[in-house]
Amino acid sequence: MNPRPSYAIGTGLFILLGFAALAYLATQTTSVANIHRGDSYTLKARFQNIGQLKSRAPVKIAGVRIGDVQSVTLEPRRMDALVVMSIDKQYNDIPDDSAAAIFTSGLLGDQYVGIEPGGSPTFLKNGDELVLTQSAMSIENLIGKFLVNGGPKSSGSDSSSASSAPPSSGRP
Amino acid sequence: MSANVRRNWFLQGIVSVGECGLFFVAVLGALPKSLRYWRELCRQVWFVGAMSLVIVMTCGLFVGMVLALQLYYTLSIFGGTAALGTVVALSLFRELGPVVTALLVAGRAGTAVTAEIGLMRATDQLDAMSMMAVDPLAYVASPRFLAGVIAMPLLACVFNAMGIFGGHLVGVTWLGLDNGTFWGNMTSTVSLQRDILDGLYKSIVFGGVVSLIAVFQGYTAPPTSEGVAYSTTRTVVFSSIVILAFDFVMTAFMT
Repeated sequence: MNPRPSYAIGTGLFILLGFAALAYLATQTTSVANIHRGDSYTLKARFQNIGQLKSRAPVKIAGVRIGDVQSVTLEPRRMDALVVMSIDKQYNDIPDDSAAAIFTSGLLGDQYVGIEPGGSPTFLKNGDELVLTQSAMSIENLIGKFLVNGGPKSSGSDSSSASSAPPSSGRP
Repeated sequence: MSANVRRNWFLQGIVSVGECGLFFVAVLGALPKSLRYWRELCRQVWFVGAMSLVIVMTCGLFVGMVLALQLYYTLSIFGGTAALGTVVALSLFRELGPVVTALLVAGRAGTAVTAEIGLMRATDQLDAMSMMAVDPLAYVASPRFLAGVIAMPLLACVFNAMGIFGGHLVGVTWLGLDNGTFWGNMTSTVSLQRDILDGLYKSIVFGGVVSLIAVFQGYTAPPTSEGVAYSTTRTVVFSSIVILAFDFVMTAFMT
C-alpha cells in the first residue's frame, strides 16, 4: 500500500514544474513585468486631441521608455484631454520647458507620448504640467486637409460640370 | 428493421450519456471519501501528469516551432512580422495549449486508465474490493478523475512554456527576428487575466472531461478482451469530440 518513493518524488517534481511553468508564463509573457513600478512621480499634459492614446501606453524620451500613461480624462471646462503620466523616479531631471507630443510607433502601431527635452536648468516636479504639447497626428485629418486644399481646382471643375449638368439633363 | 436498429443505436447513445451523467454525480459524491486514499491520488497524478511530461514537452516544442514558421510566412505578407511573438503566445495560451494537451493526455493517459479499470472489471477486482468494504468508486474512480483535473492545467502550462520557447527558437534564432521586439510585443499584449487564466480554465474543464470519459468507459466496459479494446477506442474518440466541442462553446462564452 505504501507508494514507492519514486511516485512521490515524481509527483512532487511534476507539480513543481507545472507551477514553475505557470509562474514563468505569468511573469515573462504578460505585462505584469511592465506593471512593476518602483518609485514614480506624476506629470500632466493637456492635448487638443489624443487620437488612440490609451492608459498604460508608454511614455518615452528619445525612444526610451521612462514611464506610462496613468489616465486619460476630458477636462470639462477647457474641453481638452488631460493625460496623467507616471514617470520613473530615476528620470527626475526633465527640464520644465520640455514638450510632449503623441506619436505613433510604426505606420499603424500603438500611440505613445514622446517627451522632447528642453534646455531649462530647472526640472519638472511631481504634479507639474508640461505646457508645450502637440496633438496626435490623425491620418484622417491629413487626408481631409489634403482633399480640402486640393479643393479649389477640383471644386471649380465640379461646379463647371455641375453647371453643365442641368442643361444636359434638361435636353432630352 | 433497419429503422429499429437505428432507433436502438440512437436510444443507446442517449442512455449512455445519461449513465455518464449519473456516474459523474456518483464520482463527485465519492470524492470526499476518496481523499482518505490520498496516496492513490498521488500515484495517479504521477501517472497522468509526470509520465505525460515527455510527450507534452516534445509536442509543445514542435507546435511552437511550427506556429512560428507558419505565422512568420503569413505575417510577412502583411509586413507584420514584429507581431510574431504576440500571435504565437496568444494562439498557444488561448487555444492550442489546452486543446492539444487534452488530446495528448486522452491518447496517452486516458486509454491506459480505461484499459486498467476495464481489466479490473473483467477480472472481478472491483467486486472483490466492494466485498472487502472498499468502495471502488472512492478508491479507483474518484482519484483518477481528480488526478486528471489536477494534472491537466499543469501540463498545459508546461506545454505553453515549451511552445513559447520553440517559437522563440524559430523566430529569433533561426528567422532573425529582433529579440526585444519578440518579447516586447508579446508582453505588452498578452494579459494574465484574459489570456492565460482563460486557457487554464479551459484545461481544467478538459481535464475533468477526459478523465471522466476514461474512467466511465473503463467502468462500464464489457468484461471481455474485445470489450476492453472497444472501450479504449471509444475513450479516444469521445474525448476528442467532446474536447473540441467544449472548446468551441467555452471560447464563444469567454470572448
